[in-house]
Amino acid sequence: MYAFTFERPDTLDNALKLVAGGAKPLAGGQTLLASMKLRLSAPEQLADLGACKDLTGIRKEGDALVIGAMSRHLEVANSAEVKSAYPALADLASRIGDRQVRAMGTMGGSVANNDPAACYPSAVLASGATVITTKREIAADDFFQGLFTTALEDGELIKAIRFPLPKKAAYEKLRQKASHFPLVGVFVAQFDSGVRVAVTGAGNGVFRHTGLEAALSKSFTPESAAGVAIDDSELNSDLHATAAYRANLISVLAQRAVAKALG
Amino acid sequence: MIAPDVGGGFGSKIYLYAEDVALTWGSKQINRAIKWTSDRSEAFLSDAHGRDHVSHAEMAMDKDGKFLAMRVHTDANLGAYLSTFSTAIPTILYATLLAGQYTTPQIYVEVDAWFTNTAPVDAYRGAGRPEATYLLERLVTRCGWELGLGQDEIRKRNFIREWPYQTPVALQYDIGDYEACMTRAQELAEVSGFAARKAESEKKGKLRGIGYSSYIEACGLAPSNIAGALGARAGLFEAGEVRVHPTGSVTVFTGSHSHGQGHETTFAQVVAARLGIPVENVDIVHGDTGRIPFGMGTYGSRSISVGGAAIMRALDKIEAKAKKIAAHLMEASDADIEFAGGEFTVKGTDKKIPFGQVALTAYVPHNYPLDKLEPGLNETAFYDPTNFTYPSGTYICEVEIDKGTGEVKIDRFTAVDDFGTIINPMIVEGQVHGGIVQGIGQALMENCVYDNETGQLLTGSFMDYAMPRAEDFPNFKLDTVCTPCTHNPLGTKGCGEAGAIGSPPAVINAVLDALAPLGVKDFDMPASPARVWEAMKKGATTPTQQPQEPSLTASTQGRPAA
Repeated sequence: MYAFTFERPDTLDNALKLVAGGAKPLAGGQTLLASMKLRLSAPEQLADLGACKDLTGIRKEGDALVIGAMSRHLEVANSAEVKSAYPALADLASRIGDRQVRAMGTMGGSVANNDPAACYPSAVLASGATVITTKREIAADDFFQGLFTTALEDGELIKAIRFPLPKKAAYEKLRQKASHFPLVGVFVAQFDSGVRVAVTGAGNGVFRHTGLEAALSKSFTPESAAGVAIDDSELNSDLHATAAYRANLISVLAQRAVAKALG
Repeated sequence: MIAPDVGGGFGSKIYLYAEDVALTWGSKQINRAIKWTSDRSEAFLSDAHGRDHVSHAEMAMDKDGKFLAMRVHTDANLGAYLSTFSTAIPTILYATLLAGQYTTPQIYVEVDAWFTNTAPVDAYRGAGRPEATYLLERLVTRCGWELGLGQDEIRKRNFIREWPYQTPVALQYDIGDYEACMTRAQELAEVSGFAARKAESEKKGKLRGIGYSSYIEACGLAPSNIAGALGARAGLFEAGEVRVHPTGSVTVFTGSHSHGQGHETTFAQVVAARLGIPVENVDIVHGDTGRIPFGMGTYGSRSISVGGAAIMRALDKIEAKAKKIAAHLMEASDADIEFAGGEFTVKGTDKKIPFGQVALTAYVPHNYPLDKLEPGLNETAFYDPTNFTYPSGTYICEVEIDKGTGEVKIDRFTAVDDFGTIINPMIVEGQVHGGIVQGIGQALMENCVYDNETGQLLTGSFMDYAMPRAEDFPNFKLDTVCTPCTHNPLGTKGCGEAGAIGSPPAVINAVLDALAPLGVKDFDMPASPARVWEAMKKGATTPTQQPQEPSLTASTQGRPAA
């Protein structure tokens, strides 16, 4: 790890000033600190957002759940509000990484980082959630732009994420044995307007699967998901799995997620 | 050299690394102490790796499944350059183990070693023996299936039952009871309930399989003169010094370093039991070359059988001298002195004195045979074993495979080992647990992968190199059988590597058993979900998968090519 300075602003305004001055925002650090240790990342200054009260809190707003960006995975997993309003989201949070990651990692940090195998982006995208930033509101469909890339501009921070509440939803994943990131994760969410299906781990970044969405909007059953052919031509192949295997997992996990959502 | 607590070695800390030499030289040049830390990333790249064989094996049997002859060709990767034991691992520590527990009368082994672009490959927990066991136990299970015999039956029909047994591959086994291990393992594993459990799994849409492995190990490499004839440049003895203090407490200096195996406990138990003194009166010192006699270290499951034996030999000398002192004190003949339970007695009388009094007299020699005997009670012994010790056992693994994802879950794992005399059962159990975990890790997930194009190590961190976690395992069922080693003073055999040797073939045989209905006959480690799923797919389309390796008849059979 290279030398750096560390700031812990107590308001969002102070955090924005530091970030505008070139500081790297630290939102739990479960990716950033590891990459700094490996010397893959060498920021000169870190601005820890952990003390910014305006970035925390979980509250119901009408038919939606608004979750502060600095909510730790553990808080989301254990929140009575999330468990009753959006149990699939609490379940996802309860299974991210390991205990240490869940105690430190935050929703905003995960979503801003947009790791192609992270869990949270699939929930945000499948829910059709809205990312509320210091500058604007961004629809999930516009937010995720592939491999570690988002619509966030320089100096723009996520304040909170607003999740519409689905009728039924569930998340299923198969962990890559070394990192415990999902090799593939599938989030299905059924709304009155139709079913949204987001896939993580399989491609260049989280994506919606239109074939599964169409079939499941017609009939929300595992059999319906099983009938969808999954094209593997755009999927990842690496030392852990082939694209064909990932395509198989999308199908199998989508079926299991639907079965789980149906209870 | 002072290295009190170095942590687990598993082989990788025995070798002479370039850094050791460079740092020692550097320190001399500037005449100052140097601190150097290897980080995790560096260790992935430059520490010696383990196990990298491609093998082709054939077994000839009679119609009853009795093994007639085995033929093996192995290509062994040594890496880019030689590490300390590189060439010994796939040769004398591999080929000599290929008789296993069986009476196969003829065994032909040919090993080609290769330089490649990988990190050096050297000893890793088991060192050649896991490679041999994996090959043989896979082959034996396959032989059973080809004849329609159970995995237990094919083994029982070929078990060695007479001792000592001279194998056709140089080793001579002193003792064992292979069927006792298997019988006990089958009981513990509740093999009789397997069919019902398989039916239960099928109801859930899962495949269940059972795998056997009956391993043999050769621990405590020996003797020095044979190793020398084979080209080794070091001795294979161990040293132990026993220093009895005037108080009757004892300090033992051993050349067998403890990497966390608990030598301080086990060795102290041996000494305390032998001298009849409380275990807390025994101190064990290791890891300081300024204090201990020249020793060889801890490797190859040798510490108790070689290091412990050296201490026993030193204790023999202590006892012999102490008896002379006791004889003098009790005015009896040396030959009439008996020693047991910490007391010296004169045969046929009620005369007795405690060990502590003899110890004090040795250092306050007022009433002492100074004309015949030096004062003091401090003895050193060097022990060079006459043979290896041969632990053995049967492991039974039961897996459940998810048909949709190919995930393999270890549902049950049973290990019954024969380690001869056991000094500390809890420490032995810990060794077996750790070994099994490493073996299952190898069978299911661990893998060093280099990029085909660039030669870069792809598994350069724990994000990509899968270390097993506690959640990957069930509780193991363990037991032991005891046939004491016939040629060392403790009857011990060595338990450090057994788990890692016996477990991989048990796991893969179980995977193959589960996948058999899909026509899968061959499978290479690791059984990661993706690889199992691919085997399930291929198995469904091509019922018989044969390895793509060229057949052995194309090889030179060990002769130079014409």
